[in-house]
Amino acid sequence: MSAPSPSALPLAPPEKRKGRPWYLPVVYRRIYQGFFLALFFVSLALMTDQGVRLFPVRIFFQVDPLTAVGVLASSWLLPAGLAAAVIVVALTLVFGRAFCGWICPFGTLNQIVSWSTRRLRRGPFREVNRWRPHYRFKYLLLIALLFAALAGSLQAGLFDPLSLLARSFGSGIVPALHSLLPGGYRPRLYAGAWFTGAILIALLAANRWIARWWCRAVCPLGAGLGWIARAAIYRIHVDVSACTECTLCVRDCQGADEPFEGHRVSECHVCLNCVASCPEGVIRFAPFVPAAVPSGGVSIPRRQLLGAALSGAALLPLFRASAGSASAPGPSAIRPPGSLAEPEFLARCIRCGACVNACPTSALQPALGSAGIEGLFTPILVPRRGWCEPSCTLCGQVCPTGAIRRMSAEEKGWTRGRSEVRIGTAFFDQGRCLPWGMATPCIVCQEVCPTSPKAIWLEEAESLRRDGSKVRLQRPRLDPSLCVGCGLCEAKCPVTDTAAVRVTRVGESRDASSSFILRRPS
Amino acid sequence: MNKDPESTERRLVLKRLGQAGLVLGGSGAIAALGAFSSGRWRGDRKLATIADHRVEPSPGSALAVARGTDPARLVRASLAAIGGMERFVRPGDTVLLKPNMAWDRTVEQGANTHPAIVAEVARLCLAARAKRVIVAEVPVHDAARVAERSGIRKAALEAGAEVLIPPDAGFVDTALSGATLDHWEVFAPLFLADRVINLPIVKDHALTRFTCGLKNWYGLLGGTRARLHQDIHHAIADVAGAVRPTLTVVDATRVMVRGGPTGGRLEDVRIENAVAAGTDAVALDAWGAGLLGLDPFDIPYLMLAEGRGLGSIRAGMGRIEEIRVGA
Repeated sequence: MSAPSPSALPLAPPEKRKGRPWYLPVVYRRIYQGFFLALFFVSLALMTDQGVRLFPVRIFFQVDPLTAVGVLASSWLLPAGLAAAVIVVALTLVFGRAFCGWICPFGTLNQIVSWSTRRLRRGPFREVNRWRPHYRFKYLLLIALLFAALAGSLQAGLFDPLSLLARSFGSGIVPALHSLLPGGYRPRLYAGAWFTGAILIALLAANRWIARWWCRAVCPLGAGLGWIARAAIYRIHVDVSACTECTLCVRDCQGADEPFEGHRVSECHVCLNCVASCPEGVIRFAPFVPAAVPSGGVSIPRRQLLGAALSGAALLPLFRASAGSASAPGPSAIRPPGSLAEPEFLARCIRCGACVNACPTSALQPALGSAGIEGLFTPILVPRRGWCEPSCTLCGQVCPTGAIRRMSAEEKGWTRGRSEVRIGTAFFDQGRCLPWGMATPCIVCQEVCPTSPKAIWLEEAESLRRDGSKVRLQRPRLDPSLCVGCGLCEAKCPVTDTAAVRVTRVGESRDASSSFILRRPS
Repeated sequence: MNKDPESTERRLVLKRLGQAGLVLGGSGAIAALGAFSSGRWRGDRKLATIADHRVEPSPGSALAVARGTDPARLVRASLAAIGGMERFVRPGDTVLLKPNMAWDRTVEQGANTHPAIVAEVARLCLAARAKRVIVAEVPVHDAARVAERSGIRKAALEAGAEVLIPPDAGFVDTALSGATLDHWEVFAPLFLADRVINLPIVKDHALTRFTCGLKNWYGLLGGTRARLHQDIHHAIADVAGAVRPTLTVVDATRVMVRGGPTGGRLEDVRIENAVAAGTDAVALDAWGAGLLGLDPFDIPYLMLAEGRGLGSIRAGMGRIEEIRVGA
């Protein structure tokens, strides 16, 4: 066997560059991404009584500048925890959109899917991974969301990547996995689990055609960070004089920011793949290098910006003119205990689903239609799915924006016979109720009623059976001055589909206009 | 390197077939997992049966009552009076304790069995060289929170017992062969036990007027147990007739006199400072009814239970000598 002569090889392997451990930044990035992805799921899993004492489970939502700016714009208040968002703003001012490439758990998931489907996207790198004009959409979406927030309707959470991911997992993917496990005695069921889960799956599937399509085209948080990144200290810099235009740098580029002479800094996720892949070593990530192009490389026609702002601002009056929205919430829009009054609640809720994820009885569900279109995915209590546990205040403890007030079990008062905090009122459906409608004894609602004295009391009565015989039984009645709307009666009612006792929002303590009896005896 | 277009094509076809196989196989695996977990693959539905956990009736007193302020000492005194735990638990036994641990309430509110009583019974079982002591319950409120707030989980773990609540274990369709209930879902840990000890608490109840030992067995049932209230007296007698415990230790340190079985306000609770132990479940319930000022013969399920030979109402009535346990 004779060794082939060097000239016979079709391509010489690229020469190892000296003095530069070229792989390091990318390896570091993957470690960070793995760490933050795991941390995100750990923070969701720790939304329990013990967990909230171990770990600041709200941290991902609190460092999110989109949440902070959105809540500030819609409520003119910045809940203390959200001030942590300056950390991410500062990070972006130094390193650009490093949050997108190194921290964001949804970005990491997108990157994993786009990486594993990379061979399905064939063609010249420069063509496949080029920047496309529709990537400007995320900036327009951001403008529309901010103007909607300024007008008073906080919709940012619908598109915020952290809220979207938490919501999809908490009330979509995790319950779906749960349904495969054997022997759960109380399956966790969520309204529209298929929908919340499918949104996530569809967005991840989009990576098969365009890598990180969500991050490039839709993500309003990425858009906001991209806008800040234009002033970043560290940038990608290409030494154009030494570049051979091999376009290898574009192959694994995450942001389609095209690290050529006209690098689009606002699109760059700082994944540093280009730095690692450049065979000439002419791409650097360095401080204080001159900006490649003005405006971060993306210019948007002024008319489009104006249009986005106007459509965002127009949302609020349209929403508020709709019956069943904040102006007149529907009967099943039962909010978690400690929620602010509906307009203030909607100005704070980012639909992250933390409360839904934390609720131990899965009573809290993402609203599909019952809180109006404005309240899509906001939490409502569905007593058929579960009840509000008397001593539990977890939803308020995990809420990152204060839409649900933090309170102690003492303050909630339900285990101490107090009823200042009320989320609704129970009503009997006498046709469905066994003692009322069918001369059959049953007192389950009264038995489980947790207030003290019980809001449900029993009226002794004599009822007629069909054969003319009489039966003495106890009929449940409600004392509205004691009912807190916890839903235990509805949850445990033996009429298993539509319960014979049902809770609606009326009488909730968060909003004086929900009162329906003139005077509550003290 | 000579690339043969045909071989490339073959490789491509094989690759695509492989990918399709993976997708199909993966979805098949998910479907199979679903089928296995829901039990659809099992054709036959066999009902489990509950063993009789009683030991031979005691020659001496069938019922002992102790009064005093320290719950643990009351347990020891009342059990010593009926022959000690060694009479009921053999070395190597697995013992199941069934406290009332159903409600999101604290000790002072008297809705759940006192944790010190659960812990002391567990310690006595282990001292009698039981292999394993399991505290089991299917709470009405959120299970994990109830176990925590009642104080029972902590006390039981410290005593060396384990605590099983859903979803730690599942349910088994079980023959009850009663007058009303033919079969029902029963919490699986019951089938691990050689010996079963009922640890109820005496409370007011709107439908049955009071609840103590016999109704406490509802806490081992699954399914829509709310349905069991429509013919509650027969249902209680059916379930109690199926379980047949080794021993019953009644917590009457606090007695809920109003607003039961959930209570809430401390005014609903009367400090009674008593514990009763015995092998006659009906007598102990009759004694508990007496604490609430009720005539046990007015309680239909007690009459039904006595009629089925589960015990004697009269044995729990009248003057029962009480053991005083120090100040």
